Amino acid sequence: MSVLVLAELDNHKLSPATARIVAAAAKLGPVDVLVSTSAAAEAASAIAGVTKILVSDIADLADGFANALFDLSARYDYLVAGASTLGKDVMPRLAAKLDIQPVTDIVAVDGPTRFTRPIYAGNALETVTDNQPKHVLTFRASAFQPAGQGGPAPVENIENTVVSAVKLIAQHRSESDIPDLSTAQIVVGGGVSVGSAEGFALIEKLGKTLGAAVGATRAAVDAGYAPNDWQVGQTGKIIAPDLYIAVGISGALQHLAGIQGAKKIIAINSDPEAPIVKIADVVLIGDLFEILPRLTAELEKLQLGR
Amino acid sequence: MKILVAVKRVVDHNVRIRVRPDGTGVETTGVRMSMNPFCKHAVEAAVQLAEKGQADEIVVVSIGPKTSNDVILTALAMGAHRGILVETDQPLETLAIAKLLAKVVAEEQPDLVLLGKQAVDDDSNHVGQMLAALTDRPQATFASEIKLSGTELEVTREVDYGRETIALPLPAIITADLRLNTPRNAALPMVMKARSKPLAVRPVAEFGVDLSPRLTVEKISPPAERLAGKTVGSVSDLAGVIVTVVNEMEAI
Repeated sequence: MSVLVLAELDNHKLSPATARIVAAAAKLGPVDVLVSTSAAAEAASAIAGVTKILVSDIADLADGFANALFDLSARYDYLVAGASTLGKDVMPRLAAKLDIQPVTDIVAVDGPTRFTRPIYAGNALETVTDNQPKHVLTFRASAFQPAGQGGPAPVENIENTVVSAVKLIAQHRSESDIPDLSTAQIVVGGGVSVGSAEGFALIEKLGKTLGAAVGATRAAVDAGYAPNDWQVGQTGKIIAPDLYIAVGISGALQHLAGIQGAKKIIAINSDPEAPIVKIADVVLIGDLFEILPRLTAELEKLQLGR
Repeated sequence: MKILVAVKRVVDHNVRIRVRPDGTGVETTGVRMSMNPFCKHAVEAAVQLAEKGQADEIVVVSIGPKTSNDVILTALAMGAHRGILVETDQPLETLAIAKLLAKVVAEEQPDLVLLGKQAVDDDSNHVGQMLAALTDRPQATFASEIKLSGTELEVTREVDYGRETIALPLPAIITADLRLNTPRNAALPMVMKARSKPLAVRPVAEFGVDLSPRLTVEKISPPAERLAGKTVGSVSDLAGVIVTVVNEMEAI
């Protein structure tokens, strides 16, 4: 039962989610990894549990990846990717080409053909059995622990003969040294009541003190206070940090869908009746503009430079 | 240009979901239903293209029981010209839905198909991509901006690292994200007018697609419940809590 994992790049480097996807895929059989650059191939070959690395210079577009995976599919029983925007873009397209019903956003592997995935924004969990001749799957990276170091696995170059009808014109990347939101251990999130992009600077400052990633609710992104790649929730990023600090976030259902995997939730909110207060482990009620500077100063004093 | 928009009737996104105690599914009896929010953005995008004079016909299609007529009427009230209901009482997997839509695409030959990026009930985010594969058309998923010049589309997509803009030729498939537009609420006269627009009801059997499910749903279960914790009284208490949590993390 062999597995092919589509690895992806994060700003030219192998995405940190890859080790988590490999760990999930290793429950199904021996894992080969497909990557698009030799630098990423080197990084991927050091992940424990990888049998072989395939390198093919595929353009980062859905039809290209789907066709490349389709051409390789005869060799594999499982075709796997992360439930990232790339995985969501590519894998259903591949599945339809193979006449396979995909199972996506998997959060638990209960056996070689039995998978659990959230539905209704995580308000219910669906467990399915997939007995099709081939399996097309995506895993939610944050639901799995990363595989350790291993390797080095051998690297095989594959000729890319795929032609894409789609052209990439521009990429708008938020450049920052903030840790990756999807895999960060600590995340500080801000809601619409932060009130402005300037207000978000307070969130970022607290984040920096803790070495944390920064997240935002959909409303805060819609209001222009934070970039879209910070969005956490049902249709944004799904995160599972050890610690999530929710600042001025009321806790709409679709936001809670994105943070259900957090081990500990701390809420700072002026409204003791806010839904987030009902599910947080620790709550401080008060004005965030008063609390944040004092909390950041207090933590700096305790030298939490991580 | 002709646009086909696919819409789905789902449990209204403001309804608190209850999992049935017997694990067979989610309680939908007597629950408010409405058009899937992402589909609404897809309809709005089509209507805006028509208002710019870039589309002359918008056909809206839904697949589901007779009650799905509601969401077709909503789309007609927003400005779509005619509707098709592919009627079935059987719940369908996304592959079957995509195959049925591919049949509708073969009949209607639209230049552009617009869909929501995902439905808020099964959260699959499959159908646009699968339809693109089955009709061998290029796709632009998670669209937050659409520009059309001639037969060339320029679409800005919301992706994990930020945004990217891609160019693709018509005919194509686009799936809508929430920041694409603000869907209009149709005024009462438009709702009344929608009732007189053509709406074809077609039994699913007409399309000759194998609809048998590929997966077996074993159970639907509620997620682990989170309970309220403790409230601390001061900033220094909270700082103490954070320090303890961080130290525990580092000890692992």
